[in-house]
Amino acid sequence: MALVLNEEQQMLRDSAKTFIQESSPVSTLRELRDKGEEWSPELWAGMAEMGWTGITIPEEYGGLEFGYVGAGLIVEECGRTLASSPLMSSSLICASLVAALGTDAQKQSLLPAIAAGQTIMTLAVSETDRFDPLQIALTAESDADKFILNGVKAHVLDAGIANVFIVAATTGAPDSVSLFVVDRDAEGIQIMPTLNADNRLTATVTFKSVRADSGALLGEAGAAGKQLQRALDIGAVLSAAELLGLAQEAFERTLDYLKERKQFGVPVGSFQALQHRAAQLFSELELCKSVVLKALQAIDENASERSLLASMAKAKMAKTAQLAVNEAVQMFGGIGMTDEFDIGFFMKRAASARQEYGDYYYHSDRFAKLSGY
Amino acid sequence: MANAEEFRQETRAWLEENCPASMRRPIKSDKDQCWGGRNWVFESDDQRLWLERMAERGWTAPQWPVEYGGGGLSREKAKILQQEMARITARRPLESFGIDMLGPALFKFASEEQKQRFIPPIIRGEIRWCQGYSEPNAGSDLASLQTRAEDKGDHYLVNGSKVWTSYADKSDWIFCLVRTDFEAPKHKGISFLLFDMVSPGVSTNPIKLISGNSPFCETVFENVEVPKENLVGEVDQGWDIAKYLLTHEREMIGGFGLSRAGSKSLGQTAMQAVGAKHGRLGDDALRADITAFEIDEKAFALTVERVIDEAKAGQGTGAASSLLKLYGTELNKIRNELLMSIGGSGALAWGSGETTSRAQHWLRSKGNSIEGGTSEIQLNIIAKRILGLPG
Repeated sequence: MALVLNEEQQMLRDSAKTFIQESSPVSTLRELRDKGEEWSPELWAGMAEMGWTGITIPEEYGGLEFGYVGAGLIVEECGRTLASSPLMSSSLICASLVAALGTDAQKQSLLPAIAAGQTIMTLAVSETDRFDPLQIALTAESDADKFILNGVKAHVLDAGIANVFIVAATTGAPDSVSLFVVDRDAEGIQIMPTLNADNRLTATVTFKSVRADSGALLGEAGAAGKQLQRALDIGAVLSAAELLGLAQEAFERTLDYLKERKQFGVPVGSFQALQHRAAQLFSELELCKSVVLKALQAIDENASERSLLASMAKAKMAKTAQLAVNEAVQMFGGIGMTDEFDIGFFMKRAASARQEYGDYYYHSDRFAKLSGY
Repeated sequence: MANAEEFRQETRAWLEENCPASMRRPIKSDKDQCWGGRNWVFESDDQRLWLERMAERGWTAPQWPVEYGGGGLSREKAKILQQEMARITARRPLESFGIDMLGPALFKFASEEQKQRFIPPIIRGEIRWCQGYSEPNAGSDLASLQTRAEDKGDHYLVNGSKVWTSYADKSDWIFCLVRTDFEAPKHKGISFLLFDMVSPGVSTNPIKLISGNSPFCETVFENVEVPKENLVGEVDQGWDIAKYLLTHEREMIGGFGLSRAGSKSLGQTAMQAVGAKHGRLGDDALRADITAFEIDEKAFALTVERVIDEAKAGQGTGAASSLLKLYGTELNKIRNELLMSIGGSGALAWGSGETTSRAQHWLRSKGNSIEGGTSEIQLNIIAKRILGLPG
């Protein structure tokens, strides 16, 4: 497939840009933070109205079935304004698992509700500070017609917002992964939120003898690993798309500042030391655009290189976004260090997004493994 | 697409029948690369046959128009040809600055007579061209060049010297930037001339490089008479041609950043040379550096692909050549550094005779980010033309 957007995708990007710039500019994040809130239910309702909450969900379940290239464009635009929402967790990642593994009954009960924005789901996988989704200690013990879940999940995204979790558990056998759909209100679940630097909440979620009846099992017991891997690939690529939007916006704001800020009687952007750094960063961002688009296409095409491209995209993007925000604050100078200026928000959000679904080190190591070294 | 599949099958069958077995082996020495021209001594009958067969179909310049002897292929079909050649690891039948640099400029700026005269021999590999751009005092500041061409009525009288003229001593003709207006601002008084290297007054002198090879020359012009019909475009308007041609040169050099089709990845090379520990490359720090490189290498290849696709869809930014030149050459330097590290002390051996050793390739790669405009010049171009930074 050609590495360009088709007309439909360009239209989607333009409408996403307009919507998000109007309904959730960076100033929204500042207002939320100052009020001590994490997200805006009004924005969520608007996203549902735009159809975004069902962008990748099959039409028969009330979605648009537009595909992940389109979803990536939306997430990228959200990245530009640092808009906070559970779109990725619920509509783009959990929904993909339900669609791939769910029974008819599970799909009927969950997908239309996700597409409408009424049910908000999130994925509880990693149990460590550093992302490591394959080391699962949370157990699911079979007990007659149900399972009993025991264990702890760390840094669960959108845990303060979601009303349903997909929990990854082991049923004992090595490499066996089972997924369960569990209500946040189920007995035995304890949620301990942490407010992070980027004004988003993640939570440690403890499962103490939580009952999951057989209708809660997503796919076959012990056999969900492959689809979980796909969902995590989707997470990595979308996270890269978010960082792409964030990094481009931070870069463009920096460029504007370089043209306007005067020292020694001239715009600081006329100094070659800064020009070359800006040009280097531009080049890195151009490479990122290619990789992110290719990785999104690989999800839609179910390409054999999907995992390799996902790790490539997240690794390259994590590194470049880090460079972009560091350069931004340095080039803004003193004013970049003030809370009054927005650029610091980009640095904080980038730090979280880099960790989500695996950072540079996780994904470059995975890239090497998948490449046979 | 049925059409494309048909073309692929035909091409595959034709290549299978017409590409000699020895032309499918990896390139070992400089002589394995065929440059053509009046003085070319073919390494083998196969090399001559392969060039003749490909040139006859115009496939030395697959996308050039048929009326000048080119292949007349669409971009899609040219890509298929390239893929099918890569599939059997066929060598490029002809290396040519005429194809990579001069031709595109001729198509855009030359008169019909000039196109008829100069393009077919380029495609057939009969005339080997060299590039007269840089001068001893005009490197990064190319437009300050001083080689003079005085108007003598029916001819120009050329005096001056060029440097870093690739293969000038082996070339038949030169495309050359000369100053025709000595008073005008430096970009305004430049013209684009073509002339035969056997013209009286032309002399060449190879320059030995740190790699031990001498692909570049110093080229001196003493009262060289060049017929007026050899001027391309308008007099004093040569800088536009020079810049246009440079974008093609940059893309060609930037292509060094791409891994060769069918070649082993650095990771695989390192696994063989260094060995594995616990199923992964035995040296962790080396593995990390190789990984970072391979991610960039693949991302760069995708960017080349995206630039082409965008141009085709009319979405291009038009300023991609500097980016590709910058990134591709810097990547190629990293690749060579890593290959030296993978090889360890075993990579230090100096070549003998015809073979170019690992160490010589490594040293040669240092020139990539200098020739065709340094990396710093590319950064200047990106900063000013693309990012719109002042000054």
